[in-house]
Amino acid sequence: MTTQPEARPRLTPAPPEVSWLGMPPFPEAVKTELRRSQQRKNLAHATHTIRGKRALRASEVDNWEELRTAAENIKDRVGRHLDEYLLQAEAAMQAAGVTVHWARDAADATRIVTDIARAKGVDEVVKIKSMATQEIDLNEALEEAGIAAWETDLAELIVQLGHDLPSHILVPAIHRNRTEVRDIFAEEMGRYGTPAPEGMTDDPTELTDAARAHLREKFLRAKMAVSGGNFIVAETGTLVIVESEGNGRMCLTLPETLVSVVGIEKLLPTLEDLEVFLKLLPRSSTGERMNPYTSLWTGVREGDGPQDLHVVLLDNGRSRVLSDPVGRAALRCIRCSACLNICPVYERAGGHAYGSPYPGPIGAILNPQLRGLDSPVDKALPFASSLCGACNEVCPVKIPFTDILVHLRHKVVEKKTEKHPTGEQALMKTTGRVMSAGKNLEKVQLASRGAGLVFKNKWLGPMPIPLASRWLQARDVEAPPTQTFREWWDKEHRPSAAPGETAGGQGSATEEER
Amino acid sequence: MSARDEVMARVREALQDVPDGERAEDVTVAWSYGRPLATGAPGSAEVVDDFVEKVEDYGAVVVRVPSGGVETALREALAALDARKVVLPDGLDPAWVSAVAGAGVETFTDDPVLSHQELNGIDTVVTTAAVGMADSGTIALDHSAGQGRRALTLLPDKHLCVVRTSQVVSDVPEGIAVLAPAIRSRQPVTWLSGGSATSDIELSRVEGVHGPRTLYVVLVED
Amino acid sequence: MTATLPTPRQANPGRPGAGLTVAIFATCIADTMKPSVPRATVEVLERLGCTVEFPREQTCCGQIMTNTGYFDQAVGSVRNYVRAFGDYDYIVGPSGSCVGSVRHQHEMIADHAGDAGLARAAGSAASHTYDLSEFLIDVLGVEDVGAWFPHTVTYHPTCHSMRIAKVGDRPLRLLRAVGGLKLVDLPEAEQCCGFGGTFSLKNPDMSIAMASDKAHNAVSTGAEYLVAGDHACLMNIGGILHRQRTGIRTIHLAEILASTAKEA
Repeated sequence: MTTQPEARPRLTPAPPEVSWLGMPPFPEAVKTELRRSQQRKNLAHATHTIRGKRALRASEVDNWEELRTAAENIKDRVGRHLDEYLLQAEAAMQAAGVTVHWARDAADATRIVTDIARAKGVDEVVKIKSMATQEIDLNEALEEAGIAAWETDLAELIVQLGHDLPSHILVPAIHRNRTEVRDIFAEEMGRYGTPAPEGMTDDPTELTDAARAHLREKFLRAKMAVSGGNFIVAETGTLVIVESEGNGRMCLTLPETLVSVVGIEKLLPTLEDLEVFLKLLPRSSTGERMNPYTSLWTGVREGDGPQDLHVVLLDNGRSRVLSDPVGRAALRCIRCSACLNICPVYERAGGHAYGSPYPGPIGAILNPQLRGLDSPVDKALPFASSLCGACNEVCPVKIPFTDILVHLRHKVVEKKTEKHPTGEQALMKTTGRVMSAGKNLEKVQLASRGAGLVFKNKWLGPMPIPLASRWLQARDVEAPPTQTFREWWDKEHRPSAAPGETAGGQGSATEEER
Repeated sequence: MSARDEVMARVREALQDVPDGERAEDVTVAWSYGRPLATGAPGSAEVVDDFVEKVEDYGAVVVRVPSGGVETALREALAALDARKVVLPDGLDPAWVSAVAGAGVETFTDDPVLSHQELNGIDTVVTTAAVGMADSGTIALDHSAGQGRRALTLLPDKHLCVVRTSQVVSDVPEGIAVLAPAIRSRQPVTWLSGGSATSDIELSRVEGVHGPRTLYVVLVED
Repeated sequence: MTATLPTPRQANPGRPGAGLTVAIFATCIADTMKPSVPRATVEVLERLGCTVEFPREQTCCGQIMTNTGYFDQAVGSVRNYVRAFGDYDYIVGPSGSCVGSVRHQHEMIADHAGDAGLARAAGSAASHTYDLSEFLIDVLGVEDVGAWFPHTVTYHPTCHSMRIAKVGDRPLRLLRAVGGLKLVDLPEAEQCCGFGGTFSLKNPDMSIAMASDKAHNAVSTGAEYLVAGDHACLMNIGGILHRQRTGIRTIHLAEILASTAKEA
């Protein structure tokens, strides 16, 4: 037994051994995820349910498309003038008594939060579900500093107590069903506070009651809370958090100190801009007309709520995203998760396969931009989509997902080809040459017709041909025809239009000719 | 270089493609702010009906009473809620305070300030509201007189909220406009749409997690 | 053949295309692998009175390169498309995906290559490019093209026809007007079949999972045919249907529209 700090027992449940970037790239990860049949059932049920609710709530709003365009416009205004809005927001928050911090990266941000906690002399904080703090892995940084971070959102609690990672932006435990949740609560709650009641069933109401009792004690005790933020109004310095359970209000109201870690892209110009986003977000997100609770606070209010407010403005790659005029549209994201819920790939892969707390279509365009295209995980993400475009249509801020995916694929290709040529590059070069002239295509068609003659009218089954085998492992393919279209046109096509009936000519054909 | 300077420098560097002369207002926002829905003016019958329907859709109780009927409605509500300990924020109509005090419940005021533990032992809070938004069935508090500080409407399990029909607007944009002066004067604002709820387990909705599990609205004609 | 054959009828759609010259954009995949699709397209257009021309220089919309990230390699396709089709007022292809790529991506590829002249020409050619269903309904103004197809079919709206080309319900309107045809709803119709071009090779397991679900849904309808407006998607779904010996066949919308009572 040593007395080194790492020998100290953990304060909070340990996350899994493998962290995000240690995961295999998407195509590999998917192989494992597709075999988890319970998870696939859970995900299919959940995504289909929420998809339907979103569609219903969007259809209730007559000017839904107008709202989406307005949201896109407002976010673009903020993005193109982010420097001005950041300074305006900083000044407004400071004037209202908020201490504003700036963080270049995760290390800056976690250090700032840790320092505040130490200065306050706390050994635990309560947390509101926050994507920004997931992104910077704040909980583990605090754990290392001897400060326990307690997640208070029900789904985040399930993930934390389950030694798990979140797999969805809105419902991080979407991959778990009620029986799994019951087992996690029964096993783990008692180790970290108020235990789950004896004989608790897997009824969601009982599970929720157990979470209420487990967390109430922590809320009443906590001296410091950590949140993210859905919006910061630059004009007034107002922070906005939308939530459902009330755990957010507990964290925002009861502790003496509140630290909000907010991405620099979360600004809105004016209070009035909220009318657009507070209509779009809940309907797109949970499929409700409005989320149960929305809190807006503008600095310190004497005698009401935390008297020591901090905001950490987080870059952590956002300025890099901003520097790409095509990719920057990803910064419009308001984390509603509609793109995940509609995505046929996410529905089957689940969130963990994306190697980041941001899964699904938004993860596929955001992670490679936030983190850069250096790791195999991030290089694979722009290709983790069939480009079906369902996400484009549901996005409340009209992010052109498929255009950005294609744009990022180009960046991956540029990165790939700058070093050494690959087989794929050679193939694409050849295809490009073939397709640049009709006569080139005709030459290639000689080969396809040859194959057609060999396999005449047959369907082809599994064959050990590189690349083709990936297709043929599950699908048959019809043998190519012995005659291409252009060959038929040359040899057999006889225009059925009457002679002389051409563009601008007088139609003389009679119906009988047909 | 400080983190602030560095982040600002990176942001400016990232925006090199934005023309120097472009101002934020030059980026068109195709939206006209503050518009009501076609349902009508604040407090109109159609707007109020819509509000009631949407609030009830969240599982909250709405009781409509004529002007002057609040005291009776409060007494009935407290009985229906089985309220025992009731906190009354400063600034409530004295007639309501008397009505509640006469309803056989133990009443508390927030003066001197109640501790969180004390508030946690209180089951019901009675407040007014700042605005109601019909389209989404939302009630907003700006925590001015009659509404109490934020913890008062958070820790007690039952929230009995009195809203005047003239406070009900058709939709969120008008609601924001009503709330804007309070926000600009740095009052905190809380929006309530039904009671607290979660759908975190299999997307099946469970009412009542950490916030008040019951929202009971007395809607008074004025 | 179905057990109870409805009486064949020969609707007369007239010749609304008389006087119009149409360039057929066969698409490289159908030209090479499924000539019956562009042939059927030609047949329908000529039946409606159009004069159809086949610009021999044509090849491919280039999206296999574009969507894999090889923008530089796609420029040749864009340039070639402009060369082949630049002079036509009506360019008609039997593919929402290829037409969608022409309309949505060609200018971007030309811009990327820094060729402003090409971008202009590509934009102009794109504005004259139609999916078959759009051309029939929007330009010729017909829904009933005089087709006869006495079978039960279910329609899969392909992602790119729906979301890039935005053909809307035009294919369904055309199908509903086909004589003898019984249309049944496809469950989860708007979900992607998992083809996605090189997605099917780069993410083969996911692609197969999606295609299998689509095939399962198609089988569940009891239809004889699964119809769509994109041959590549049909190849994907049809490959699974054939491997699994399901008995349900795939068919392109153009092939149904070309069928007549005479053939039946």
